[in-house]
Amino acid sequence: MHRRLLMSAAGATATALALAACNGGGDEPDANETTGATAAGDADAPAELAFWTWATNIEQVIEIWNEQNPEQQVSVDRQAQGDELITRVLTAAEAGNEPCLVHTEYQALPVLVSNGVVRDLTGDVADVRDAFPEAAWGLTSFGDQTFAVPQDIAPMMLYYREDLFQQYGLEVPSTWDDFAALAAQVRQVAPERYLTTFSSGDPGWFAGLAQQAGAEWWTNEGEAWSVGMADEATTRVAEFWGDLVAQDLIDDQPMYTPEWNAAMNDGTLLAWPSAVWGAGVLQGVAPDTAGLWRAAPMPQWSDGEDATGYWGGSATAITEGCEYPAQAAKFVKWLNTSPEALEAMITLGGLYPAASEGQTGPALEEPPVMLPNQPEFFALAAEIAGTARGFTWGPNVNVAYNAYNEAFQGAIESGGSFTDAIRSMQDATVADLETQGYEVVE
Amino acid sequence: MTDLTTTDAGTGGAHRPVGPARRRRASSGAPYLFMLPAMALFAAFLLAPIIYAGWLSLRASRRTGGGILGQRTEVFVGLDNYARSLSDPELYTALGRMAVYGLIVVPVMLGLALLFALLLDLPNVRLRTATRVGIFLPYAVPGVIASLLWGFLYLPRVSPIREAFDTVGLPPPDFFDPDTVILSVANIAVWGGVGFNMVVMFTALRAIPPELYDSARIDGASERQIALRIKIPLLTPVLVMTGIFSLIATLQVFTEPQILRPLTNVISSSWMPLQKIYTDAFVLNDIYSAAATSIALAGASLVLSLLVLSVMQRRAFGENQ
Repeated sequence: MHRRLLMSAAGATATALALAACNGGGDEPDANETTGATAAGDADAPAELAFWTWATNIEQVIEIWNEQNPEQQVSVDRQAQGDELITRVLTAAEAGNEPCLVHTEYQALPVLVSNGVVRDLTGDVADVRDAFPEAAWGLTSFGDQTFAVPQDIAPMMLYYREDLFQQYGLEVPSTWDDFAALAAQVRQVAPERYLTTFSSGDPGWFAGLAQQAGAEWWTNEGEAWSVGMADEATTRVAEFWGDLVAQDLIDDQPMYTPEWNAAMNDGTLLAWPSAVWGAGVLQGVAPDTAGLWRAAPMPQWSDGEDATGYWGGSATAITEGCEYPAQAAKFVKWLNTSPEALEAMITLGGLYPAASEGQTGPALEEPPVMLPNQPEFFALAAEIAGTARGFTWGPNVNVAYNAYNEAFQGAIESGGSFTDAIRSMQDATVADLETQGYEVVE
Repeated sequence: MTDLTTTDAGTGGAHRPVGPARRRRASSGAPYLFMLPAMALFAAFLLAPIIYAGWLSLRASRRTGGGILGQRTEVFVGLDNYARSLSDPELYTALGRMAVYGLIVVPVMLGLALLFALLLDLPNVRLRTATRVGIFLPYAVPGVIASLLWGFLYLPRVSPIREAFDTVGLPPPDFFDPDTVILSVANIAVWGGVGFNMVVMFTALRAIPPELYDSARIDGASERQIALRIKIPLLTPVLVMTGIFSLIATLQVFTEPQILRPLTNVISSSWMPLQKIYTDAFVLNDIYSAAATSIALAGASLVLSLLVLSVMQRRAFGENQ
């Protein structure tokens, strides 16, 4: 309560100052917002901006900015990563000491918005909208409002062990039917190996697979939401993987465990449907296999189709409590669209930028360390990125994700059906939306 | 309170030939002054958070209009959170699991601790200090590290235990079997807890006057009889204390299953009651339900602790009361 009073007071002062300076800057239709959606203030005025992020080597990227902008210094604070950072940002905002800039994964953005933590940037960043592919921009926009600038995107692609595929005479699958047949073939020619694993621990992975099949988990109709986690597309994906697991054609142990690392390293697992950042992960978990992997487009649901989903990716948002929104907006645009920042993020941070311009260029001519055998890796990635389908993230992704973990753990342990699992995700998500006071339509 | 102080001061005054008025004034303010720092800390870091948790448990974050994603506002919901959290069958499954876990951990841990303490207390034990330190050492390993360490030992592909079984030609155990995973979790707690409890018991054993043993030996008692008839009865207060500590630790079981959780399909995010609270608060961002479950759980444990304490006290210290 206190904070809000203070904030609207600060917002009013800022607006008054802007008016006094005849600064205009008010081409924002939403004028009844006290804080003003277009950053009131001078983007070149001195400012100190705190940035909570976990991106690799981001300090070195920010050094470039700090050298060029001695008046607007950005400082990095590595509080936590991913969801844990969101929890901290929410708590900090409650206490009134949130940072100006927040790194967030796309699916966590709605929670920050509905808690009133991040600013509506629609007016502030409209001028960089064209720098991004439509699908990427859609990840940070809800209705006609934009709440963050996309930083990196993660189109899904299939990594496979080229050496073992050759050894066993396996062919890279172009459809999911091929993939299933291949999984069976692997069990025959090498009973101690599996084509891949189904992980109950990675809801974002499953969401990406569902996106590829054309799922829409959350759709907003006016102010109401409809939830489609048991829709046709998701059901298809769930049935497909459920069958493979039930027949023991693929492994069913979670990813990102020491066990999985060992399996990726020693060739127990032959392929990994992952995202463009997967090459970096392989370097961490299976360094001995450099040069043995190759990336391919994801298998398709029908011949001739060309689609993929997103697994992860993140954006930069500005908080409501930020004292220097104009300067912050200037920085966010620089970070995510300027050639120098994009290049630095690619070479130093291993990020795959969301901005279209960042997806080509000299920084992406070298393949990742783990795939020196595939010099065209990033050209392929750019091509795949163009076929990515995202979907709108709803207000309670955390609930759906937790339901995914619980439901699929249970289904795998008890041999239950995967379609029941998505139905229980759907039920949990709808029930939570209703409890929270959202209108839900069938 | 005031009554007690004045009586105290009064008797003090009667005993000593010091000016009664001066003494009374000194003793009326001083104790409170000395208590002040402790009371302030207690209020700031224990009382206030408890009251705040109680307040939170009656509230909830609800969407109240404002665009597609809505704007959340904190509203008063009365006992809604309690009703929802206490009617969740998962909570009771978790509580049941915790009870089983306690039934395994407490007796095994205290039994082993007692056994080791008694063995170390035998006359003519060699390498007593080294052994004691060796058994105590796991207690010095932080729970998170211990759980990670055991996690590695449990996972088949990276486990030397499996390798050992393979070498001998025996079928390797599945540490993440849904029916027996609780033993794997309990094992970590026992491994970490035996040392501490043993040291407490051993220290108490060393404090027993050796004359008792001498006279027992003169009466022809064997070492075993001395242990069973003299040492263990005299250890009863210590056993009660370590028992209560272990019960409280059982109520707080969290670290071990939480660390093992991502390694397997068999440990869910609400496997133990505290994990459920953690998930509510930090995964689902619903600190309100988490507060309600915490308060309910804390209330239940308080009642349980008092009950156990009064029963134990009557049995253990009966002659003193």
